Amino acid sequence: MTVRPLGVEADAPTAGRTVTTSGWSRFWRKNGTGYAFLSPWLLGFFGLTIGPALISLYLSFTDFNLLQAPTLVGDANYVRIFTADPKFLQALRVTFFFVVFSVPAKLVFALLVALLLNRGLRGLPIYRAIFYLPSLLGASVAIAVLWRQLFAGDGLINKLLALIGITGPSWISNPRYALWTLVLLSVWQFGSPMIIFLAGLRQIPQDMYEAASIDGASRWRMFRSITLPLLTPVIFFNAVIQTIDAFKSFTPAFIISSGTGNPINSTLFYTLYLYQEAFGYFRMGYASALAWILLIIIAAFTGLSFLSSRFWVHYDS
Amino acid sequence: MTAEALPLRSRDELRAARRARHRRVSFIAHVILVIASIAMLYPLLWMLSASFRPQNEIFSTGSLIPSSVTLDSYVRGWNELQVSFARFFSNSLVLSLTCVLGNLVACSITAFAFARLKFAGKSFWFALMLGTLMLPYQVTLIPQYVLFLHLGWVNTYLPLVVPKFLAVDSFFIFLMVQFFRGIPRELDEAAYMDGCSTFTIYWRIMLPLSLPVLTTAAIFTFIFTWDDFFGPLIYLNQMQNYTVTLALRSFVDSSAESDWGGLFAMSILSLVPIFLIFLFFQRFLIEGIATTGMKR
Repeated sequence: MTVRPLGVEADAPTAGRTVTTSGWSRFWRKNGTGYAFLSPWLLGFFGLTIGPALISLYLSFTDFNLLQAPTLVGDANYVRIFTADPKFLQALRVTFFFVVFSVPAKLVFALLVALLLNRGLRGLPIYRAIFYLPSLLGASVAIAVLWRQLFAGDGLINKLLALIGITGPSWISNPRYALWTLVLLSVWQFGSPMIIFLAGLRQIPQDMYEAASIDGASRWRMFRSITLPLLTPVIFFNAVIQTIDAFKSFTPAFIISSGTGNPINSTLFYTLYLYQEAFGYFRMGYASALAWILLIIIAAFTGLSFLSSRFWVHYDS
Repeated sequence: MTAEALPLRSRDELRAARRARHRRVSFIAHVILVIASIAMLYPLLWMLSASFRPQNEIFSTGSLIPSSVTLDSYVRGWNELQVSFARFFSNSLVLSLTCVLGNLVACSITAFAFARLKFAGKSFWFALMLGTLMLPYQVTLIPQYVLFLHLGWVNTYLPLVVPKFLAVDSFFIFLMVQFFRGIPRELDEAAYMDGCSTFTIYWRIMLPLSLPVLTTAAIFTFIFTWDDFFGPLIYLNQMQNYTVTLALRSFVDSSAESDWGGLFAMSILSLVPIFLIFLFFQRFLIEGIATTGMKR
């Protein structure tokens, strides 16, 4: 069966006419419709995406404060970042800590709850909705505000701890605990990876379990040998998405620390540091360099994940 | 006969035992899930209940049921800042709906070009479009800011809205391309035979058939814009123009320790639109996440 693609339609009515000689007008006649439809995106792509990305690469080699024209400083920004900027190292440390603790915990919770829900229990839609709600609302400023109160010195958590005779610290103003409250906030939002796990679990053919059960396999054995391997693509997908998201996290840390990243920079997320450099001190060149380093970190992480996936993600089905 | 009946009965017994065990395990699972549900919802419900308590009672208890219900916090909070929250809510609403419109129009036109039209370099542009999916916004942030500053757009909604009309959210383009590809080509073939223009095919055939994906894109765009903090933080600096998220932030910084009640009341109100979407469009949210891994 041949299907005539749209867009070549312009050829049909003019087929009988003499073909114009200009290559440009021929190109336009064949491709004009397509490019007309693509034009808003093309404008956005060049003007707001690839253009700015390349300009920010250029700016990263300059000194630029918005008021004067940028002056080229070679690799000075990068040299300073890597050799003489303790705040950069701190921001990296905070962000990696956040990623390393929040992502696996979130995924483990999401998977455990999805496994429980996948047993064919009654009330699945209600449970699913309840567990999903925090992750839908969680990114808002309102929830960050709530978190700030919950973990304040006289906050709800300490009120509850007092009931059982424990005097809690002021969690968000204590550098030992502040970041943990943000990890907890992130884990609390395990709902969306849980939904993806549920969808993945439903894809696993039931007859595999039946066959295994006839062979006398235990539930644990079935989980290890059927569920887990067949779920690895979903685990991989969730891990990559959640990690990239965690690297870019901004709002909760900003609200909880009033934009400072304090106490003693213990919640200075990378994005928060970048924001301070750009819009607090107007060091736009320096902030551009920070942005490109973030891009490289995320790209490297994603690349490594895909490389590693060959060894643990199960793809034939 | 007896030799056959015997294993049959024991098989029945076996099945009954398995069912009993299954019921026991299900019961335990329900207990775990109910406890977990309460723990998950407790902070939200507590904030809700705190927003209806008299000022002096907010922190006196961890209980969820207020001894007396009052709207004081809502009244106080509504006018806590120099500008009323009515203004912030209407700002956020206008901004979010405009962004929804922008994304629907621009992303669907782009997706139509990628899914249905034939033109030179299509796969090249498509690959580039997919490439931008992974690009963190920090990389384009500063030059965009400089551009909008020079255009005199800072402190207007244009920097937040115009990009949507230029289809910068590649994610939704990708989503729509996938959906459009599933619509039978025979439909647009027939329309073309009837002399419809390409635009008519897009407008009269593709869009009406794509309501599910358009709904998904609309609700996610609405939620993302309504919740957006970073964009408004950078581009809006007069309180008249603040969105609800920015207003809440000013509230926290100005009077957090003195008026938690008012702050909670406004926080609860800020969650209402998202909660309504959750109530009425949950199917789209869940399917959107399950099929595409949308972040929320």
